[in-house]
Amino acid sequence: MNEAQLKERLVEGAASAGLLDVAYTTADSPFGPLLLAATRRGVVRIGMPTQDDDALLEELAARISPRVLEAPARLDEARRELDLYFEGRLRDFDIPLDWRLSRDFRRRALRAVARIPYGETRSYAQVAKRAGNERAVRAAGSACGSNPIPIVVPCHRVLRTGGALGGYGGGPAMKEALLRLEGALET
Amino acid sequence: MVSALPPFQALLDRHAGEVLGVLRAAVGGVDADDCFQETFVAALRAYPKLDHGENLRGWLMTIAHRKAIDHHRAKGRRPIPVEEVGEMAVEAPKPDSGIWERVGALPPKQRAAVTLRYACDLPHAEIAAALDCSPEAARRSLHEGIKRLRKELA
Repeated sequence: MNEAQLKERLVEGAASAGLLDVAYTTADSPFGPLLLAATRRGVVRIGMPTQDDDALLEELAARISPRVLEAPARLDEARRELDLYFEGRLRDFDIPLDWRLSRDFRRRALRAVARIPYGETRSYAQVAKRAGNERAVRAAGSACGSNPIPIVVPCHRVLRTGGALGGYGGGPAMKEALLRLEGALET
Repeated sequence: MVSALPPFQALLDRHAGEVLGVLRAAVGGVDADDCFQETFVAALRAYPKLDHGENLRGWLMTIAHRKAIDHHRAKGRRPIPVEEVGEMAVEAPKPDSGIWERVGALPPKQRAAVTLRYACDLPHAEIAAALDCSPEAARRSLHEGIKRLRKELA
C-alpha cells in the first residue's frame, strides 16, 4: 500500500477502535473553504474561510482531545446539508450538534439563536431575553461572536437593534450574502 | 511552558513517510503495512496521556521499533516450513544491493540497533529503552552491526 492508502486504513482502524475523537475535513462554499469538525456526538466546530485551519485544529486538540484526524466520510452528511443550504434548497439543518465548546449563558444564547427561523432576523436584545437575561445584550453579542458552529447555528440572523448589520466572523459581506440568500433583506 | 500536544493528524502527516521507511527496512515491504497500522493505532491510543509534545518523533520511532521487534518475535515463534533448505540462506548479498537490504539481513538486535541509530537518529539511551536492554548492550549491538556491515562492504 502507498502512504495515502495506509493513512486511510489508519483512520478506519482508529474509528472502529473508538480512538477517533475529532474528525475533520474541509468543504467548499461560495465564500471559500470551510473547516468542518465533528465528535461522536455531532458537529462541534465550523471554521470560516477567514480563519486559520491549523490554529482551529490546535484549539480542538487542546479543548476536546488531541486525537484529531482528517476523516472526510464522517462529515458527508454535514457537507451535503451545507451544499443544499448554499443552493437555497435547504432551510433547516438536521445534523446533530455537539455544544460542548459553549458554556452557560453563551450556550443558552446560541441555543436561542438556533431557534430563529430561516429568513427571519432578531436583535441581540431579543436573543439576550430569550437566553434568560434581557440586560445581557453585550454578552449575547459576544456569544454570537464566539459561535463555534456558524451558519448551522445562524448567528448571521442576529442584527443590531434598529437593523444595522453588526459584526460577523466570516466578514460583513458574508453575513449580508447569507441574509440575502434567505430572503431576509429587501432588494 | 510545556508544549501542547498537536492534533494527531499533524504528527501523522509529518512522520508517516519516515516511519514507513524505517519499518520497511526493519521488516520488509509486505509486513511493514501491518506494522505501520499497529504503530499508529498504539500511538493514538497512548497519545492523550502524554505530558507534553516534546520529541514526538522519537516517541513514535520507539513505538515503531517495538512493533517491528514484536513482529520478528511472533514470526520466530511460527517458523515457515519449506520443502528443502536452499542455498539462499548462506548466499552473500549481491555487491550492488542497497545498504538497507544488508541492514535487513543482520541479526535482529543488531538490525534494530543500527536502524534506530541511523534511520531514526535515536541516542543510545533511547535505543536501549526500545530494545529493553542496558545502554551498554545497545552500544555493543550497534557496534557489532556496524562492524559486520563494514566487513561486508569491504
